[in-house]
Amino acid sequence: MRLPFALTLAWRDSRGSRRRLALYLGSVSLGVAALVAINSFGANVATSVHAQARTLLGADLELRARAPFPDSVETVLDSVRRTGVPLARVTSFASMVLAPRTGRTRLVEVRAVAGDFPFYGTVATEPPGLWNTFRSARAVLVDPAVLVYLGARVGDTLHIGDARFVAAGVVTGAPGDAGLWTAIGPRVFLPAQYLAETNLLRFGSLAQYRAYFQLPEDVVQRFLNRHNALFQRYSIGNETVAEQEEDLTRTLGRLARYLGLVGLVALLLGGLGVGSAVNVFVGEKLDSAALLRCLGARQRTVLAVYLLQAVALGLVGAGAGVVLGVLVQAVLPMVLGGLLPLDVSVTLQWSPIVAGLGIGVGTAALFALPPLLRLQAVSPLRALRRELDGGGRATRLWRLAVYGALCAGLLALSLWQAPRRQVGFAFAGAVLVTTGLLWVTARSLMWTMRRWFPRRASYVVRQGIANLFRPRNQTTAVILAIGFGVFLIATLYVVQRNLLDQLALDSRPDRPNLVFFDVQTDQRDGVAQVIAAHGVSALGITPIVPARIALLNGRPTDSLTADSLHRVPSRWAVQREYRHTYRDTLVSSERLTAGAWWKASTPQRAGALPRISVEEELAAELGVRVGDRITWNVQGVLVETQIASLRQVSWARFEPNFFVVFEPGVLERAPQTLVLLAREADATRRAELQRDVVLAYANVVSIDLTLVQQAVDRLVSKVTLAIRFMALFSIASGLVILVGALAASRLQRIREAVLLKTIGARARQVRRIFLTEYCAWGALAALTGVLLATVAGWALVTQLFELRFRLPTLALLGVWATVVGLVAAVGVANSRAALAKTPLAVLRELSE
Amino acid sequence: MIEARDLEQTYLSGGRPLTVLRQINVAIAPREFVAVMGPSGSGKTTLLGLLAGLDRPSRGIVRLDGEDLGSLSEDARARLRAEKVGFVFQTFQLMPTLTALENVLVPLELRGGANGAAAEARARHLLGRVGLGDRLDHYPAQLSGGEQQRVGVARAFAAEPKVLLADEPTGSLDADTGRAVIDLLVELNRDAGTTLVLVTHDPALAARAGRVIRLAGGAIVADTRTEGS
Repeated sequence: MRLPFALTLAWRDSRGSRRRLALYLGSVSLGVAALVAINSFGANVATSVHAQARTLLGADLELRARAPFPDSVETVLDSVRRTGVPLARVTSFASMVLAPRTGRTRLVEVRAVAGDFPFYGTVATEPPGLWNTFRSARAVLVDPAVLVYLGARVGDTLHIGDARFVAAGVVTGAPGDAGLWTAIGPRVFLPAQYLAETNLLRFGSLAQYRAYFQLPEDVVQRFLNRHNALFQRYSIGNETVAEQEEDLTRTLGRLARYLGLVGLVALLLGGLGVGSAVNVFVGEKLDSAALLRCLGARQRTVLAVYLLQAVALGLVGAGAGVVLGVLVQAVLPMVLGGLLPLDVSVTLQWSPIVAGLGIGVGTAALFALPPLLRLQAVSPLRALRRELDGGGRATRLWRLAVYGALCAGLLALSLWQAPRRQVGFAFAGAVLVTTGLLWVTARSLMWTMRRWFPRRASYVVRQGIANLFRPRNQTTAVILAIGFGVFLIATLYVVQRNLLDQLALDSRPDRPNLVFFDVQTDQRDGVAQVIAAHGVSALGITPIVPARIALLNGRPTDSLTADSLHRVPSRWAVQREYRHTYRDTLVSSERLTAGAWWKASTPQRAGALPRISVEEELAAELGVRVGDRITWNVQGVLVETQIASLRQVSWARFEPNFFVVFEPGVLERAPQTLVLLAREADATRRAELQRDVVLAYANVVSIDLTLVQQAVDRLVSKVTLAIRFMALFSIASGLVILVGALAASRLQRIREAVLLKTIGARARQVRRIFLTEYCAWGALAALTGVLLATVAGWALVTQLFELRFRLPTLALLGVWATVVGLVAAVGVANSRAALAKTPLAVLRELSE
Repeated sequence: MIEARDLEQTYLSGGRPLTVLRQINVAIAPREFVAVMGPSGSGKTTLLGLLAGLDRPSRGIVRLDGEDLGSLSEDARARLRAEKVGFVFQTFQLMPTLTALENVLVPLELRGGANGAAAEARARHLLGRVGLGDRLDHYPAQLSGGEQQRVGVARAFAAEPKVLLADEPTGSLDADTGRAVIDLLVELNRDAGTTLVLVTHDPALAARAGRVIRLAGGAIVADTRTEGS
């Protein structure tokens, strides 16, 4: 093959069709744009995290624990401080805050700060400059959301536990804040020296104790190595700047990569569009290819002439995609805003741009190859004998090679974009299966439409439907492309709706919407009285007993984790602090999967071990079965138990659920706190009840579940918005392919319109024929997508989330109608030219 | 120059074998001008295609300038065509996306080795000879049928082929235009000393050939030498 000749001829040959081809190959543009945008964003996140890592942590080292640091650790901290190392402490826990002026309460995260935290970065306040001064008085700084919820303003007095503080100002920005989170769990910062006055840190309170250091980097690691054993013994975790950077980069990078997979779908759809368009192009070029062969061009030369055109236009398409991607990248921080704990600076990242160009060209070439093989294989005899259908068929080997390359390309792309290898394989598989299913659905819908279409429908409608099947039509490709986009968006919607609907609190009167935590045993009757005084029905009291695992089947836990002979139980499951309860019945969110539940009527025989029921996934983590023994350390007292049953628990419900449930009669005398559930339909009365409980028992934390639900709604919406944004690229790709298909059939359409007009059709009738065709396109495409989305949504909701499935019929109908309208509008807008020409002008044009 | 022995061509038509050519034995000497005549479906075009190596015969041998086409691969046959065979088609077969000049350049560029300027000079010269010196940059769609076929003739001679095959070159033209094209073809053939094989329906055209081969039902029924023109 002589490349220069192939190049020249490719360049010359493309002259007539460049603009039209550019449109086809533009279908890769949107996919490339999606990938460039999300991957540039990912790269920018990494750069920004690196630049801000120290500020994000606020220190060089963080130590944290679930309990106050024991004396031995305090001694170490003291000695470090004596060497002049700056040290700060933050104790954080959940509590109610009450604004007496408005009478409103709100659950907040209290952060008691001691020392010059943060050592890096600044906390912005309003009025400005308060962070370093507010701690000298009984004052607090709060997140803006606190004031909003409480209806309070700066200067108001706030009750936190037994102490009173002045709200000195609001925190408008602190390093590491993600907007959405501070709205869900708003914070109150108070000076650590007044923490004791609140009397909030009692038995059973969940609190985080953190210590922050300002240390040179090399010292950090040495310090951690030296005290490793001590920190391990007391379950003290640590976070260094490097780890923080790594964690954040990984987490956010993974987010970007998952979103990138959604973008990849757009690219693959674009590839499909390229394939379909090139197929039409090949039909027009068969004669030229046969002639070239006849004149003595080799097969490879012929293939090169047309492949080069595809590659060149792929490059143009990819280039346009890169430009668009860079622009979209600037919008992404807005779409993802609120989910990110840092400001992402938008800069040009070269590697995603280069990768985008390469991927765009590669995709265009790979998808163009299968149809181009027909050109390569065309018989030169066709130049002499036109009747010889030039449907040259490439040899089996060639076809195998090309389709093999296509699959390999898909796999390589998925693996490259996916956060993990398994995800990449799964994604490639899912794309193939989904495409296959969409194809089957599209074909059977098309078949059904053709087969069962009423013969007595008006001529205009029948002609429009028949047009779907005109020679060299791209109906399948268009349906597939738009259908895939619809499928993505509809699936997302179905899952989101089902999740949110079922998290929604049941309106049945036995479902709680108010929860009171941390009720001490001696406060039980008092709290119940306050609840009763408000005329609110209490829905039960659940005791909570903290405990840790001491022995598994009689063996100490530290020997278990080191044992290589047996299946090693997960560290998390062995070391965590459990919160048990005890009762004699299963609740509605539980189902027994193994063993037997104890009955109140059949008391334990004397001398047997107390029985427990374990959640089945935890049992798997611990590697235990029914009959195995677990010894618990309940506040220093060892209690040996035997597993009587395993349970499946539906955690998605807003109800107190437990990994381990004890039979009654064992833990009653252990130190415990109580959870009280109540239901009150009226929001104002709920707020009043919360206020009065807080006024009487400041340590009791209450949660209005409707607020939690709103927060979850917001979070889910934010996440689905990001996914939907990426899925939009697929829909847009589908529309570009639609426009490409319309352009490809333009000449055919003009001929048809002219023929119809010549034999007496009015312009209106021709318009209606085309409109019918477009509506049918849209209807089939949207139906294909919606049908498959229903199946996929059902599978996700019932299998992955294990929830009941409900089909949001009306909304899906809306999606369907919108797509039909969109396709019809694009179609009509693109065929105005075909309708505008007069028959005579066209007949002369065609006869030339 | 061209030799066919025991040539037979069979196609599958509707699942049944259809013999289009049978027992063709013919030898064509260098510089000979041969007309192939016969009714529609007698196998004229198939014979022409086989002589050019556009397909492999079902049986028999074709030699072109001493080379056995049956033993060559597709690409080797293509190379042979590029070097030794020129074509004129009934339906002109110009590349619609190329100008007249570029169309004439294609065989030169396919053969390779030619330097660009020389190739272009030759193409210009040939187009001048066929009377299109002022229409070099026109696209086929901008030329009349007769003009298009003149471009086709110029293209056929571009690479100085030893053999020129023409498939009813006047079939799509009116009588006067057709005659003009044939005059050109014969004139260039004489100047270049090319072997010319021409398939035609037109007795007047055949009368100008030095030899007429008649086909019927896929077999040669007559092979007569005449005075020619």
